[in-house]
Amino acid sequence: MNARLPEPFGSRIDRSQALTFTFEGKAFSGYEGDTIASALMASGHWMLSRSFKYHRPRGVLTMAGQDANALVQVAAEPNVLGDVYRLQPGLTASAQNVSGSLAFDRDAILDKLGRFMPVGFYYRTFYGPGKQAWLRLWEPLIRKKAGLGRVDPALPRQRYEKHNRFCDALVVGGGPAGLSAALAAADAGASVLLVDENPVLGGSLTYARFACGPAATSALLTDLVQKASRHPRIDVLVDAVANGWFADNWVPVITANRLYKVRAREVILCTGSLDQPVAFRNNDLPGIMLGSAVQRLMRHYAVFPGRRAVVYAGNRDGYRVALDLHEAGITVAGVVDPRSRQQHPELARAVTAAGIPLHLGFQISEAAGTARNMHVKAVKLVNGAGAAEWIDCDLVAVSSVYTPTYQLALQAGAKLGYDDDSAQFTLSGLPPHMAAAGSVAGCFALEAVLASGRQAAGAAVRALGLAADPVTLPDDDERDLSSFELPLRAHPEGRDFVDFDEDLQIKDIENAVKSGYSELELVKRFSTVGMGPSQGRHSALATARVVARATGRTVADIGVTTSRPPFGPEKLGVLAGLQQSRFRHTSVHDRHVAAGAKMTPVGAWWRPLYYGSDADRDACVTAEVEAVRQRAGILDVSTLGKLELRGPDAGRLLDRFCSMNYLKQPVGKVRYCLTLNEMGSVIDDGVAFRMRDDLYYVTATTGGIDQIYAKMCWHNVQWGLDVDILNVTAGFAAFNLTGPGARKVLEKLGGIDVSAEAFPFLEGREGMIGACPVRIMRIGYSGELSFEIHTPQSYGAALWDSILAAGREFALIPYGLEASRVLRLEKGHIIIGQDTDAVSTADELGMTWALAMKKPFFIGKRSVELMRRLPLKRKLVGFELPEGARQTPDESCLVLANDEPVGHVTSTCYSPTLGKWIGLAFVAAPLADVGANMVIKSRKGHEIVARIVSPHFYDPDNKRQEI
Amino acid sequence: MKILNCPLNGPRNITEFVSFGPVHRGFDHAATSDAEWIHYLFHIENTAGVIQEWWRHTPSNYFFIAERNTVTDEIIATYGAEELAARSKVML
Repeated sequence: MNARLPEPFGSRIDRSQALTFTFEGKAFSGYEGDTIASALMASGHWMLSRSFKYHRPRGVLTMAGQDANALVQVAAEPNVLGDVYRLQPGLTASAQNVSGSLAFDRDAILDKLGRFMPVGFYYRTFYGPGKQAWLRLWEPLIRKKAGLGRVDPALPRQRYEKHNRFCDALVVGGGPAGLSAALAAADAGASVLLVDENPVLGGSLTYARFACGPAATSALLTDLVQKASRHPRIDVLVDAVANGWFADNWVPVITANRLYKVRAREVILCTGSLDQPVAFRNNDLPGIMLGSAVQRLMRHYAVFPGRRAVVYAGNRDGYRVALDLHEAGITVAGVVDPRSRQQHPELARAVTAAGIPLHLGFQISEAAGTARNMHVKAVKLVNGAGAAEWIDCDLVAVSSVYTPTYQLALQAGAKLGYDDDSAQFTLSGLPPHMAAAGSVAGCFALEAVLASGRQAAGAAVRALGLAADPVTLPDDDERDLSSFELPLRAHPEGRDFVDFDEDLQIKDIENAVKSGYSELELVKRFSTVGMGPSQGRHSALATARVVARATGRTVADIGVTTSRPPFGPEKLGVLAGLQQSRFRHTSVHDRHVAAGAKMTPVGAWWRPLYYGSDADRDACVTAEVEAVRQRAGILDVSTLGKLELRGPDAGRLLDRFCSMNYLKQPVGKVRYCLTLNEMGSVIDDGVAFRMRDDLYYVTATTGGIDQIYAKMCWHNVQWGLDVDILNVTAGFAAFNLTGPGARKVLEKLGGIDVSAEAFPFLEGREGMIGACPVRIMRIGYSGELSFEIHTPQSYGAALWDSILAAGREFALIPYGLEASRVLRLEKGHIIIGQDTDAVSTADELGMTWALAMKKPFFIGKRSVELMRRLPLKRKLVGFELPEGARQTPDESCLVLANDEPVGHVTSTCYSPTLGKWIGLAFVAAPLADVGANMVIKSRKGHEIVARIVSPHFYDPDNKRQEI
Repeated sequence: MKILNCPLNGPRNITEFVSFGPVHRGFDHAATSDAEWIHYLFHIENTAGVIQEWWRHTPSNYFFIAERNTVTDEIIATYGAEELAARSKVML
């Protein structure tokens, strides 16, 4: 490790704690508090990466985590910002986007081949050689070259969290303006959340040089930070990025693996401004960096940024950087001020007094690099009179232009303008409940910055209904001349970069305009300017100026491309958060598991598919079907939707909502419920048990209940009926006991007369089975004698156990969804959503009997009437295959006629009861006659001939279920 | 994330709500012509400006009306359905 600057330089490092780490396989050392980049530079290693397109050597540009030059791979994590990522003992980092090594990158040849890669080249070449050139040659090559970093699919799981926070005022940015605003707002009584992306508060106070001098700056910093840290109403989040603005001041703040979802009543943006690079030939060489980066390197990390510096000063901060360098003992070989007249006489006197040559009216036209461009070695100065001079140096600090950090403000709807006098973008039209202070609001002198913080806080505080004294801004004598508009002329030999991320030069932007893309958004899409990791932070202004000149418009007219969240990169893990699965178990879930059931998710629910192992699936299902047809089975139907409609208008509501007659339904009867939408399509079904005059117990499908409940409540509000709708889906367990032996099981349990005379088909009863209160309905899906038994879910397990115990002598077994699907298909019952789609009508489904068209109204009736005047387009038909058919269809296979699709299969299975394949299919109405043949195309492409039959394959006269 | 002021539950995140579409003129179904009915079913007005919409607060299953400017997405007022007749912008 080379020597560092003496204290007080190095505010962020602890010189007593040395750390070792490796970069590109070589061992380096640094101090606790160093970043990867600061430790490398302190060791004399300047190059961090290769550029994206030309593979040019790149080093630190901003030292603030704002550019792509510093992206490195740290162990399994790609795209780590090396200039802000803090060292840990034993850290392993490597370069990205290199072929070979960082120092000897085979792809560096691309820098010489630039003329074959003009702007937008990827949109318009790669047609040859040969027909397959794109797929075989270019696409694999480009894919390999285009990526940054390596994703490790074996990356261990990490914990990511989300956290809701609420505050009166969110202050974004903890520099002088943010500290001042936070203190003023908190003093006035507001709860404040102060967020800063740096590890410590203070912003520019921690590194920049102000007019008041280093001692006063340092005292101010200590004072403000102490007050803010100790204030009872200020919460501070450091290492935290406010990464976007969403409606009503909802701001995601990301720190490490945690996402704070901050809801603020007021937002105060103190986001500062971004120092901008300047375009000249080879302006990207390692050793050329922003003035603020030089100051951060020295003040935060005590790193010698170079030994012999040239400062490009287009504003007063350039002069200040030169003085900082000089005072740190670094030779300043020259200050180059491109302006023809001395604008800062006082600073100029200090610079001259320090013995630094001042080149007024000169520009840097190009820089020269050491061998293979590994570092800057000299810069060429030119002036308007044609004078030219080379100055040797190993550091070029650039301070000339600022842009406000406008991203959050623009996301919130503020307008961006351009002020020709100060050569800067300006913000206006901030939305209500948002204020800005400091340099993002155009304040530069420290007194003005502090006062603007208090002023913004005052506006926020008054909006909160608290009292605040008015603040008058002092004259800002540093606002003018804070930026200088350097002419942007393309260097004849190029390599004057506007966008470092994407390796775009001035001529690339000009050529994009020449290619016809005169609008900025199009220039961006064609050239990719601003699309890299730094998202245009350092290219937006320069691009706007190049496009403005090329199209003869003003910078204000051109503006910047639409600003969208996120501000900086965010990890998918942060967005995903904790991966908690949500599920629902019925009251007898553990009984299914104990019985060896294969469980399957149905929506959020888990249901038994069949009871047995995967290997025995078919045998299990067949045995379960057989048990129901010959003895008795029990199915857990607790997932059914269940509603209670109570009140004098309960019948009226149901009568309007579903398609049959419910007003006239006698108490004790159960009736089918078919629900249509206004278009007349079937959307759900279930049953209604009228328990009392003013109480209906209504079921809906497992998947449909949420929709049915919401729609029923919505219509109830519109119809103004006197009825309460209670969703008791989770409150009741329900079991369907079915099969010829079902009655015997219930008789054994006792408590309710279940004889055919006392409890006929389609009726309901209330009573007790043992200690369990039950509601029983004589309905079923299987076509056998069935009792659907509902009980409060806390009794579910007890009831299940007692039914199974009573059924043992009748060979009762539980059965699963697979057997249930076979049983219902044998009976020709449809499944809503499987045998229906978004436009299925009751007439198509053969359910005309379910439409009480004499009722004055039900939802969908008007559309049914209208459609009945048109011929039926398609029908749901039953079909069967001949016994021993070798090819079988699957659900959704097409039905063909003359090789044209005329329908599709909705359900199909082998019926163990009937000994053949059966199914349901939609078929064009003219082709849907019972007895006709139809052709189904199997998934393998075979044409299967099936015969159309009645969909009621099993017991068409309903003798079995009604006994 | 937008905040919607539920008349029953106060200001809540928009993710707690579901829109049930614009408030429509009530129909006498028997007297409505086929053309009117088809227009109602399949023609979306897509009004630019302030419209009344049905919203549901999902956790509490409360339905209410929001007046929203479809151009600016500004929510101007929210109120219970019982005020619909008095504040209606469409003929009920």
